[in-house]
Amino acid sequence: MSGMVTLTFTLNGAPVRIETSPGRRVVDLIREDLGLTAVKEGCGSGECGACAVLVDGVARLSCLMLAAQLEGREVVTAEGLGTIDDPHPIQAAFAAAGAVQCGYCTPGMTVAVAELLARNPSPQRHEAREAISGNLCRCTGYVKIVDAVMDAAQAMGKETK
Amino acid sequence: MSKAVGAERFSTDIAPPGCLWAGARRAGVPHARVVAVHTREARALPGVVAVLTGADVPGANLQGIVHKDQPVLVTDTVRHAGDAVALVLAESREALAGALSLIRTELVPLPGVFDPEQALAPGAPLVHSGREGGNLLAHALVEKGDAPSAFAGCDVVVEGRFETPMQEHAFLEPPNGTARMTRDGGIEMTASTQAPFRDRFEIGHALGLNPMRVRVRAPYLGGGFGGKDGATVQCLLALAALHGGGRWVKMCWSRGETFLAGYKRHAARVRVRLGASRQGTLQALDCAMLFDSGPYAHLAVEIMALAMEHAGGPYLIPHTRIEGSCAYTNNPVGGAFRGFGVAQASFAVERAMDSLAQRLGMDPAELRLKNALRPGDLNCAGVPMESPAGAAECLEAVMAHPAWKERDAWKAQAPACKRRGVGIAASFNAMGYGRGLPDAAAAKLELTKGGTFRVFNSVPDMGQGNAAAFALMAAEALNQETAAIEVVQPDTRLCLPAGSSSASRTTYTFGNALLKACGAMREKLKARAALFLLADEPDRLAIRPGAVVDEATGRSVSLSQIGSMLQRDDRICIDQFVMPVVENPPDTGKEFRLGFPHRMYSHGACVCAVEADELTGQVELVRCVTAVECGRVFDSLGVERQVQGAAAQGAGFALLEDLHVEEGLIRADGLDRYLIPTALDLPPLECVSVEGDEPTGPHGLKGMGEVGVHGPAPAVAQALEDAVGLVARRLPVNPQEVLEAMGGEKP
Ligand code: FES
Ligand code: FES
Repeated sequence: MSGMVTLTFTLNGAPVRIETSPGRRVVDLIREDLGLTAVKEGCGSGECGACAVLVDGVARLSCLMLAAQLEGREVVTAEGLGTIDDPHPIQAAFAAAGAVQCGYCTPGMTVAVAELLARNPSPQRHEAREAISGNLCRCTGYVKIVDAVMDAAQAMGKETK
Repeated sequence: MSKAVGAERFSTDIAPPGCLWAGARRAGVPHARVVAVHTREARALPGVVAVLTGADVPGANLQGIVHKDQPVLVTDTVRHAGDAVALVLAESREALAGALSLIRTELVPLPGVFDPEQALAPGAPLVHSGREGGNLLAHALVEKGDAPSAFAGCDVVVEGRFETPMQEHAFLEPPNGTARMTRDGGIEMTASTQAPFRDRFEIGHALGLNPMRVRVRAPYLGGGFGGKDGATVQCLLALAALHGGGRWVKMCWSRGETFLAGYKRHAARVRVRLGASRQGTLQALDCAMLFDSGPYAHLAVEIMALAMEHAGGPYLIPHTRIEGSCAYTNNPVGGAFRGFGVAQASFAVERAMDSLAQRLGMDPAELRLKNALRPGDLNCAGVPMESPAGAAECLEAVMAHPAWKERDAWKAQAPACKRRGVGIAASFNAMGYGRGLPDAAAAKLELTKGGTFRVFNSVPDMGQGNAAAFALMAAEALNQETAAIEVVQPDTRLCLPAGSSSASRTTYTFGNALLKACGAMREKLKARAALFLLADEPDRLAIRPGAVVDEATGRSVSLSQIGSMLQRDDRICIDQFVMPVVENPPDTGKEFRLGFPHRMYSHGACVCAVEADELTGQVELVRCVTAVECGRVFDSLGVERQVQGAAAQGAGFALLEDLHVEEGLIRADGLDRYLIPTALDLPPLECVSVEGDEPTGPHGLKGMGEVGVHGPAPAVAQALEDAVGLVARRLPVNPQEVLEAMGGEKP
C-alpha cells in the first residue's frame, strides 16, 4: 500500500520489523498490531499516563507518539519489565504493597517508576510522588504506590550490592 | 500479580481478529426536536457496514435500571448533548470516525432547562413533553417526631443552603465492550460493567430480546465507582451486534465521549435548618434537598432516597422533617457514584453542624461526639442503629490522632504567607439495596479434578478487591492455600445470579453466600472422603491443605483423588444469601418503592488539615486522616486501600473537580480541564480502622467501599473556615473565594 513505511526497532529486547502507516499512533501499533495489551489507553490525549512506554529508557506517552518516531529506537513496555513468573522488582513491590487496585494505571505507573529508579536509585518520597505525577490513578490515592516505589528502590539497591 | 505486570486482560484488551468497530454519533446540543438524521453519505463510505438510527431499534428502545425512560437511539427528541442519534458499524476505526463525521443531523433547537429549581418553576420548558408531573421526577418526605414544633423549643437554630456539583467518575478504563450475535439470534458480550446479570434484562427489554439469550461476561474493571452501574455501551453494542452478521463488534468510548454521555454524581442543593439546646443536644432538623437528575431518571429516585436517609448525619436528632425532590433537566445524566446521594447530604449536614458549633461556642468535635448515634438510637429516618454502630468510636479515634490533638501547635507554625486550619467531620453510609428488592447473591463452588477449587464469582471486581477477598475467604473456610483457589470472573452463563457491584454490598452479600457454599463443600468432602477412608463417622475427618485426613487412623485421601472420582455435578456446591432488611420499617418515606430504608450502616470520621496560600488562594491538603468502622476487619490492607481511594475522591470533590456545565454543555470535558488529584495533590492519606463486629456479616464484616468518600469535603470546608474564615457552602472550593476571604481580613 502506498504511504506505508517499514519500521525497525526493538521491542522488549526483540527486533521488530513492521510495515505500517507512519501516522499510526504508537499505542495502537503496540496494542493492536503487536498485541502487547499492557499498554493501556485512558485518555488518548497525554493526560493520564496509562499508555506510558520506555523509549530509549525515557517514559513516553504512546498515545502522543506516531509510529515513525520509533524507527531505530529501543522500546520497553510493562511486559518487557517482567512477567507473572518473573516479575521485575518494581512489579513485585507493587503487588506486595497493595499498590494495585483496578490495575489499569499500573503498567504505565511501573514504566514511569522504572525510569525514575534508573535515574535515581534511592529517591525520597516526594521525588517518587513527582515522578508519578503524570500518571493518574483513580483508585489508590497514591499512598501504596509511593510505598511500592520505596520498597522497590530498596530491593533493587540490595540486588546490585 | 497479573495486574501488577500488566498481564490481566480487561474488557478493552479483547479484540477478536477481524472485529468490526461500532460508535455512536452524539447530539451535541442539549435539547432539540429531531427532524432528520441523514445517513446516506456515511453509508456510502467504504468500510461502513451499517448506519442505524432510532427507527432501526427493535423492542422498547428504552433503557433505565428502575425507570425506563432513556432511549438507546433517540427518535424524536434530543434531551441532552450526549444523547446518541445514530450508530455506525465499520470495518476499521478510521472508517468509523469518517462515517460518524459524515452523518448530518437536522435538529430544531428547543428551549432547554439547565437548573433544577427553574425546571420546577411554572412554565418551564418540559424535558419530557406531555409528562404528567412535568419536570418533577419524584418528591418524597421522611419524618420522625414533630420537627416544626420542636424548633420552637430550641435554644439555637442555624440555617444554610449548600450546593454540591456534578462529579465525574474518571475511572481510567473507558466504557467499552465486545459483542456478537450468536447463531440462535442471541447476543454474547464482554463488557466493562458492574452488573452483568442486570445487563441481560436491560438489553432484553430495550431491544426486544429474550434476556436468557444474552450472555454477559465481566472481566476485572479498570475502575467503575458507580459509573458503570447501568448501561453505558451495553444496549448500543448489542444493537450493533444484531447488525454484525455474527462478527465480533467492539465499542470503546473515547474520554470525551465518556464525559459527554457517562453518568455523573448528581448535583444537589440542600437547605438545612438544625436546632439544638444550649448544651448542644440536637433537637430538630428540617431539610430540603433537590437533585438534578438530568434528562433521564436512571437512579435519581433511589439516590434521593439514600440521601434523605442520611440527611441527619450519624447523629441522634429526635425530630426530623426531610423533603426531597429530583427534577429533570437538559444537563448531563446523573447516576450512581460512590456514596450514592450520601456525599451530598453529608456535606450539608456537616456544614450545619459547624455553624451550630460556632454559635454554641463549642468544639466541633465535641458537638459531634455528644450527638453521635449509639446502638439502639433511631437515625434521622427512624431506623434503629443495630450494634455495632461505631460513629462515636470513629470520632474518638480521629480526635485522639495527633492531626487533631496537636492542631493548635501545628497551626501556630504556619510558614510565611500561609494560613493553616484543621477540620473534622463524621459520616455514615448504608450498605446494600435496602427494602423493596432482594439484595441477593448465589455462589457456586467447584472442586476441580485436580483437587483445587473454583469460585464462580457473580459480582464484578471494579478494583475494590472483592475477588481477592473471595479467594481469601474460600481458602480459609476450606483450609486450603490461596493458590488452590481460582476465582472465575462474572459470566452470566457460568456463574449464578447476583446483584450489582455497588452499594458496598459485594463482599457482604456474595461473601455470605460463598461461606455457605464452602460449608456445604466441607460436608461433601468429608462424606465422599469417608468412602475412600472407610470411616463411618465423616465428622471425625479433617480437611487439610490438599487432602482429607482421618486423624484416628492417620490415613488420608488427596483432594485430587476425590476430585477425579466425582462426577461434575457432585463436585459443585451452591448456596445463596439474601441480605436481611429492617424488621419494623418506620412509617415514613412511603413514596419509595425501592431502597428505603437500610438495616446496616458503616461509619466514618475524618480530620483534614489545610494550608492556604495568601498570595494565590491555593489550598493544599496537608493531612487527611480517616477512621472507619465497617464491622470486623478481615483484610486490613484491603480496608486501608478502600479508605485511601475513597478519601482521594473525596479530596477531589472538595478542592478540584468541576465540570463547568453551562447551558447543558460540559466545558471541562477532558482530563486536561477536569482535574482529578495527582500524586502531588494528595498527602499521605492516613487510615485508622475501628473494630466492629456485624453478627450477620461474613467473618463479621460489613461493606466499606463508600463511607470513606464523605469526610474530606466537609472537613476541608471546616478547616478552611478555621484557616481563613471562609464559610464554604458549595464545592469545589475555589482559590478565588479563598483569596477573597483572606482579603476581607487583611485589606
Ligand atoms: S492514554 Fe496516553 S496519556 Fe492517557
Ligand atoms: S489502580 Fe485503578 S486507576 Fe490506578
